[in-house]
Amino acid sequence: MTVAASLVPPHALRASPFRRLGLLLADTGVIMWRNLLGYVRIPEAAFFSSVQPVMFVLLFRYVFGGAIRIPGVSYVNYLIPGIFVQTVAFGAIGTSIGLAQDLHTGLIERFRALPMSRSAVLAGRTLADLVRNVVVMGIITGVGFAVGFRLHTNVLAFIAALGILLLFAYALSWGFALIGLSAPNAETAQVMSFPVLFPMTFASTAFVPVNTMPGWLQGFVRNQPVSLVVNCTRALLNGGPTATYVEKAIIWSVGLFLVLSPLAVRKYRRMR
Amino acid sequence: MTEAIRVEHISKTFNGEIRALDDVSFAVEAGTVFGLLGPNGSGKTTIVRILTTILQPDSGSTHLLGFDVMSYPEHVRTLFGLAGQYAAVDENLTGRENLMMVGRLSHLGRRRSAARTGELLEQFQLTDARDRTLKTYSGGMRRRLDVAAALVARPKVLFLDEPTTGLDPQSRNALWEVIEELVGGGTTVLLTTQYLEEADRLAQQIAVIDRGHVIAEGTPRELKSAMGATVLDFGVNDHETAVQAANVLAPLSTHEPHVVANNVELTVDNGARVAIDALRILDEAKIVPSTFTIREPSLDDVFLALTGRQTETVSEALEPSTQKRKRRRQR
Repeated sequence: MTVAASLVPPHALRASPFRRLGLLLADTGVIMWRNLLGYVRIPEAAFFSSVQPVMFVLLFRYVFGGAIRIPGVSYVNYLIPGIFVQTVAFGAIGTSIGLAQDLHTGLIERFRALPMSRSAVLAGRTLADLVRNVVVMGIITGVGFAVGFRLHTNVLAFIAALGILLLFAYALSWGFALIGLSAPNAETAQVMSFPVLFPMTFASTAFVPVNTMPGWLQGFVRNQPVSLVVNCTRALLNGGPTATYVEKAIIWSVGLFLVLSPLAVRKYRRMR
Repeated sequence: MTEAIRVEHISKTFNGEIRALDDVSFAVEAGTVFGLLGPNGSGKTTIVRILTTILQPDSGSTHLLGFDVMSYPEHVRTLFGLAGQYAAVDENLTGRENLMMVGRLSHLGRRRSAARTGELLEQFQLTDARDRTLKTYSGGMRRRLDVAAALVARPKVLFLDEPTTGLDPQSRNALWEVIEELVGGGTTVLLTTQYLEEADRLAQQIAVIDRGHVIAEGTPRELKSAMGATVLDFGVNDHETAVQAANVLAPLSTHEPHVVANNVELTVDNGARVAIDALRILDEAKIVPSTFTIREPSLDDVFLALTGRQTETVSEALEPSTQKRKRRRQR
C-alpha cells in the first residue's frame, strides 16, 4: 500500500463567505420545514399549542373571570394580553422537548456528520417555533374576539404588540433550546422546563392585578420580564401610556436573546 | 493500491479517566470492506465518531481519502456517509421526506435530491412505503432507510456502525445483500460489528478491538485459523468430569480447552476429523458426554482465544451477583 500524503482541499471547494451565508439560509430552511412537519404530525404537539390556549381563555373568561374585578377595563380585555404571553412561554417547552428528542434518537449526530451549516439546527428549530407562534396567536385572537375581547386602540398598535410578543417568544426559544440540549431525554427536558415556566407565568401580571398579591411578592412580579411584556401588550391593545412599557419589553426581549442564543450555540458546538 | 482511511496512534479518554481508545492504528484499502470487531464498549463507535468529525481524539491523526480529518472537517464531511447503530432518522417524516432532507442538507439541490431519493427507495425496496411516516416502519425498514440516507450523496467512504444489531435474521440477511452490492460498486466501507459471522461474510480485513486496543488484525481466514476454525462443545454430568475431559482432550485443541460449568469447549482446525478422535478419547477415558455440538466460532470464542478471557457480558453473567454489583459500583 502506498502511504497517502496529506492532501489540501482545492481552493474552489472552500466556500466564500457569501456562499456560506446562502448555505446557512438554505439549511435553516430545510430544518425549519422538518420541524414544522413534526408539529403538524404529532397530535400531542398540535393539541398542546392550539387547544390549550383556547382552554385557558375559556377557563379564565368564564370560571375565574367573574371573581376578578379590574377597574376601568373588562376582564376579558385584561386577560387576552396575558394569555398571549403565557401561551408563547408555554409553547417554548416544545423547543426543549424537541431538541432533547433529536439528541436522544441520534438525529443530531447525523446532522453533525453532514456537510451542512452547524448553526442551522438551532436556527431552524427556533424559526419553526416562531412560525408556530404566529399561527397560535391567530387562534387566540379569533377566540378572544369571540368571547368578547375588543380592541381599544388601532390595528397598527395591535400589529406592534404581536411583533413584540414574537420577539419575546423568539428569545425564550433560545433559552429553552439550551434546556433541551442540557437534558438527557425529552421527559427530563419537560420536567426541567416547568419550574422555570410556572412561577414566571403565574407569578406575573398575566391573570390578576399585582396589587392583590402579598407585598413581598409584588417586587418580583412587577419587574420580571413576563409581567413587563404583558403590561406592554395590554397598553398596546387597551390604550393608555405605552412608551415606557414598550421600551422595557423590547430591552428585555433583545437582552434575553443576546444572552441566551450564544449560550445555546456554545452548548451545541461543545456537545460530544 | 491506495488507502481510503488511515488511522495513526489515536487515543481518547472520556471525563479524564475512562480510556476509550489507546494508541489505535489501522489502514483501509480503497474499495474494500474493513471490519472492526469487538464487544459492547470496546471503542468501535468512538473510532467511527472520530473519523466522522463528531469527536476529536486526544492524540494521533486520521486521514480520509488523503485529507486530514481534524484539519479539514468541512471538506471531509462531503466525502463520507454514516449510518449509526441507532437508526438516526426522523420519526415524523416519511421515508421520502427523510431522504430528501439529507439530500438538501448535503447541498445536492432539490432536483438531484429528488432523483437520488427515488433511486435509493427503489434500491432498498422502500418505494411502496415511501409516503408513510417512519412510525409505521419495522426495525428492518428503518435500518434500510438509515443506510439509504448515508448513501444519498454518493459517498466514496461509508461508515456502518453496527448496522444489523438487534435485527431479526431475515432483515439481517437482506441488509447484508445490500452492503455486498455497494462494495461491488467500489465504495469503501468501514463496518463495526459484534458478530464474527457478519465480519466474516462482509469484510476482507478485520481488526479485533478490545478495551480500546487493536488486539488482532488480519483476513477472516487468518483470524479463524489462528484460533481454530471450529468449536466442539461437550456437555458432561458434573464439573469434575468436565475438568477431567478437558485434560484428556487438551492435545487435540489449538488452544487450552475451556471449561464452563459442566461443559468443555475445544477450538480445532479440522472439526469433523477431530470430533471422531475426541469421542474415541472420551470413550477410552470412560466419559460419556450428555450433549455434543459442533459450531462456528463466535466473537466470544475469538476473544477467549486472543485474550484468555470472555467478553464482558458473558463473564458478568457467570459471576456471583455480589461481585457483579461491586464491579458495577467501581465503574
